[in-house]
Amino acid sequence: MTAAAERTTTDVLVVAREQVLERGVGLDEAQVLQVLRLPDERMEELLGLAHEVRMKWCGPEVEVEGIISLKTGGCPEDCHFCSQSGRFPTPVRSAWLDIPGLVKAAEQTRATGATEFCIVAAVRGPDARLLSQVREGIKAIRESGNDIQIACSLGMLTQEQVDELVAMGVHRYNHNLETARSHFPQVVTTHTWEERWDTLRMVRDAGMEVCSGGIIGMGETDEQRAEFAVQLAELEPDEVPMNFLIPQPGTPYADYEPIEGRDALRVVAAFRLALPRTMLRFAGGRELTLGDLGAEQGMLGGVNAIIVGNYLTNLGRPAQRDLDMLSDLKMPIKALSESL
Amino acid sequence: MFCVHCGNPVAEGGHTGCDSPRTALEPPRFCAECARRMVVQVTPVGWTARCSRHGELSSGADLHPTA
Repeated sequence: MTAAAERTTTDVLVVAREQVLERGVGLDEAQVLQVLRLPDERMEELLGLAHEVRMKWCGPEVEVEGIISLKTGGCPEDCHFCSQSGRFPTPVRSAWLDIPGLVKAAEQTRATGATEFCIVAAVRGPDARLLSQVREGIKAIRESGNDIQIACSLGMLTQEQVDELVAMGVHRYNHNLETARSHFPQVVTTHTWEERWDTLRMVRDAGMEVCSGGIIGMGETDEQRAEFAVQLAELEPDEVPMNFLIPQPGTPYADYEPIEGRDALRVVAAFRLALPRTMLRFAGGRELTLGDLGAEQGMLGGVNAIIVGNYLTNLGRPAQRDLDMLSDLKMPIKALSESL
Repeated sequence: MFCVHCGNPVAEGGHTGCDSPRTALEPPRFCAECARRMVVQVTPVGWTARCSRHGELSSGADLHPTA
């Protein structure tokens, strides 16, 4: 076999072009690992292919979302990356957002052109008080005339709570698996990866859209990044948010170094090749890890959704800067009519 | 005056970690007047930070008014 012929049959990007781009079949774990180990000089080729895959299987639109913390801090869980855990000496104090504040945040989000507004609470799972606040908040948002799609992220759910959220009109539920199953016990000890998985299956079975992703840069290996990608593919989520660790003071990961931008882009592209039809969203940490240029490269390397504005406890860059970026890249913002 | 990111006196120094790309993405957490931890609410377009003694700041405010 000639060298050129051998490359055609074994090179992972050549294989991906036929398997993922042409047939829409995501890469398996071993293939994702090969992608993650591609040398820097093949990054341009990798990002280009990931972009082609996104354009073919998802289209040019970008879904824009805003998020808000309804209940901040004081969480009983010990997610090692999180400044909202009550178990670590972080500077974050507990806070509840009132209904007028929630309505205002939804208005601010809609004004950016976003079609998605995610209400988030730092809890193990919602209690009656929190669900009541969510119910009243959604009612008030609708009464204000805001037609934005509403998602929630309230931790682990019971079947009854899933049904309540469906009845409230919540169309998508976020619950991140956070990392590979094999790495999860190093990140969280107060609950299991499988408990999160169970909530996500209930959400899917109840007819809500499933949103689940994680954080890159929590000490996981390349093998575990590949493992995580295929575990997410097995879940078949509608959306995968990709966060990059922002080391938070007071947490066990306070002294971790943010990952290199090129590694973040490599992960983005690899996840796109594992999840060709899934909405892949830039979320927290991109400002620190990638900066402005890297964000553009990511949008041209497989990403087709974005959180604009601030996050839950950290600040993002101004929403307008992201909207300008999308305009410069000639990527249309998904309209609300396409979401409904 | 106290550092809004770590709560230690500004004059003591040792704030290299408080002037970093990461803290540029952080709202103030400690009151500059008394170093109390503040109740902070981040919203899609801004933030508010409330000290039980010295009141509320919001995004756009001068975090070091006497510096």
